Amino acid sequence: MTDPSAAPTPAQAPTPAAAPAPTPAAGTTGTAAMQLTGLTKHFGQKLAVDALSLTVPEGSFYGLVGPNGAGKTTTLSMATGLLRPDAGQALVHGVDMWRDPIKAKALIGNLADGVKLFDRLSGEQLVTYNGLLFGLDRAEVADRVADLLRLLDLESAAGSLVVDYSAGMTKKIALACALVHAPRVLVLDEPFESVDPVSAANIRDILTGYVQNGGTVIVSSHVMDLVQRMCDHVAVVANGRVLVAGTVDEVRGGSTLEDRFVELVGGRTHAEGPEWLRRS
Amino acid sequence: MVATLVKLRFLLLRNSLKRSAWQLVAVIIGALYGLGALGLAVLGLVALRFAPLEFATTVVILAGSAVILGWIVLPLIAFGIEQSVDPARLRVFPMSMTQLLVGLTLVGLLGVPGIVTSIAALATVVTFSVSLPAAIAAVIGAILGVLTAVIASRTVAALSTSLQSRRRFRELGGILIFIPILLLGPLLAWFTRGVADSADALPGLARALSWSPLGAPFSIAPDVAIGDYGPAALKLLISLATLVLLVLVWRHSLAVSQVNPPAAARKQAARGKTGLFGVLPATPAGAVAARSLTYWRRDPRYARQLIIVPLVPVLLWFYSVNNDAPALLNLTGPVLAFFLAVSIYTDISFDGTAFATHLADGVRGRDDRLGRLGALAIIAVPLVLLGTIVPMFWTGSWNLLPIFLGLSAAALLGGFGVVSVSSSRIVIPVPQAGDNPFRSAPGASFTTALSGFATWGVALLLALPATILAVCALIFSSALLGWLTLLVGVVLGAVFLVVGVRIGGAELDRRGPDLLMRLRMLRGA
Repeated sequence: MTDPSAAPTPAQAPTPAAAPAPTPAAGTTGTAAMQLTGLTKHFGQKLAVDALSLTVPEGSFYGLVGPNGAGKTTTLSMATGLLRPDAGQALVHGVDMWRDPIKAKALIGNLADGVKLFDRLSGEQLVTYNGLLFGLDRAEVADRVADLLRLLDLESAAGSLVVDYSAGMTKKIALACALVHAPRVLVLDEPFESVDPVSAANIRDILTGYVQNGGTVIVSSHVMDLVQRMCDHVAVVANGRVLVAGTVDEVRGGSTLEDRFVELVGGRTHAEGPEWLRRS
Repeated sequence: MVATLVKLRFLLLRNSLKRSAWQLVAVIIGALYGLGALGLAVLGLVALRFAPLEFATTVVILAGSAVILGWIVLPLIAFGIEQSVDPARLRVFPMSMTQLLVGLTLVGLLGVPGIVTSIAALATVVTFSVSLPAAIAAVIGAILGVLTAVIASRTVAALSTSLQSRRRFRELGGILIFIPILLLGPLLAWFTRGVADSADALPGLARALSWSPLGAPFSIAPDVAIGDYGPAALKLLISLATLVLLVLVWRHSLAVSQVNPPAAARKQAARGKTGLFGVLPATPAGAVAARSLTYWRRDPRYARQLIIVPLVPVLLWFYSVNNDAPALLNLTGPVLAFFLAVSIYTDISFDGTAFATHLADGVRGRDDRLGRLGALAIIAVPLVLLGTIVPMFWTGSWNLLPIFLGLSAAALLGGFGVVSVSSSRIVIPVPQAGDNPFRSAPGASFTTALSGFATWGVALLLALPATILAVCALIFSSALLGWLTLLVGVVLGAVFLVVGVRIGGAELDRRGPDLLMRLRMLRGA
């Protein structure tokens, strides 16, 4: 955090203040931060998620990778209470998301993909809004908002309306909204999309620090390289199913995660594209 | 390219029909309604063939002027106007301005209103089939008239878009400009009623209109029919000039809007200033209220609803003067209360997918409801009180205050209860945040109006007990019944409010994810 331009390595210990510490365990049992069992979702005739089961151990940095349309966003939406599954169960630290949604949602910080924010609020107002919605008191919210804006380098933009933010800044303010109530599990759908490399490195540091303090992070991404460096666990999803899941080293075997991914998912072509696109 | 645009319009219609059976019902009802009106119009126009020529002339010119005026004014005030082929979305395609103009005109012509107008206009050929030259003039007039209507409507729509992108039509101020336009209708109605009182003035009005752009296209044929070729030629010229002018203005404003998409105004607040979030209670419901109230101030789609505030007293004043019944003005408070309460009947549609924030943060349905109502109450309660009490000064009828306070309370509180339930169920396409609030959302239509009217109906029904008491109190001039109205209005209204919040809150807790799914399916929500 001290030198954002330096490439972060896993060995580099982030400052303890780098992330809001997760709240201590509150009467929940089991070591799975998130347990998905048989999640299924149809959209009309299309089977988007097909009886997907996944266990995310507590304290893990879990990557969810898969090709476009694999069902990653749908799965995460069902796990975080935004989309009702046709069948299956999602437990967050043992709390059933669809039986006791309010308790389960309080444990989760969610950065959803493909939904808007209340973007006529200023960045600072938006994070404050999320804090208040989780029932934090005003002074606590003000402190946390100030910390988060500083951490994510959004201080200068704090007073601007979120609608005027760039795509990367919008991702960052959404991340701040997900962090403000110090959740035990962070569920981030494509958090690095259109984020500049310096901010991405900063976010990685925050997330690593968060995991080291006992929090759990689930992140979906297309960038294999990033997942390989950042995560300790990974699941490869395609066609609504988990193809393989485990620690990153288990999954990739001897090769890189990207090669292993292409091998699992297939679909790589070696054509040069159609002839009419090759002129000039 | 033009054919592609027209095809696109029908493809969009077909796809939206495929997706929702309600949309299909709406289109069928719309089409039946249009057919009915069309049948009557054509019959009438044919019948006019056998009426005295001067009478036919007056009717055709007045009706034609009204139709063109309708095409211009309706897109400004109605939600459900067809805008499925949005010029802003065509920005990226290599299309010449001429192709775009021709395409959009055709698209406008080929909708239900366009077809109905065209056929009715062509029926005037029968009306003036007294001689061949007159019939030919009627064909030309009909074509010019319909083109003027369609293009004027598009021009006004494009103007309001380009005006917005240039002058940052963002906050309340921008909305106020439209009030005179909205008042145009009642003003005209008031004016024409005065005229209608002496029916012999109508031919004079028609004669005057026939020299204006509104009536000129429809007065060419009658002039030819009676052999006045000079005036006919002049009116043809007026019509053509109008059309050319409209096309030029349209072309210019479209060009402006194509290269200057409506952009957000930059607004910068100081650090640590969280505005209303620091003022209202620091609870989930308080936060929702602060958010809603901020939107009422910053988002023109909400501010648009406040047009009703100056409009209601002005309209009531018109009618009270017209009918010589000053007591009508006393209704300002209750009417205001009703319209303000139902203004948020589909509040969650305005959130769009940002509603996911409430869902992900585990906001209880009850808190969501209370927050939204709280924000509206902060605006509506003072306005309604003013609207109830100030007219009493005017009319000097203080003894009626309890009656009208009771009516206001019944309308406002009952309305709060109704919208708490309706906004937890109804999701309709609305303009996006930052869009021109007067632009109807793509896909919005008759269904939109239907759900709105249903909500209004229920809200009116809930105000019925207080209304009956109020009427009795007025008829029997009973002070006791007046106080009873106040009591019933407040108590029953409060009961409806609590029940509405309970039901709506539970509904939201249960079906929040399904609402989000429907919001996602709306284009661009």
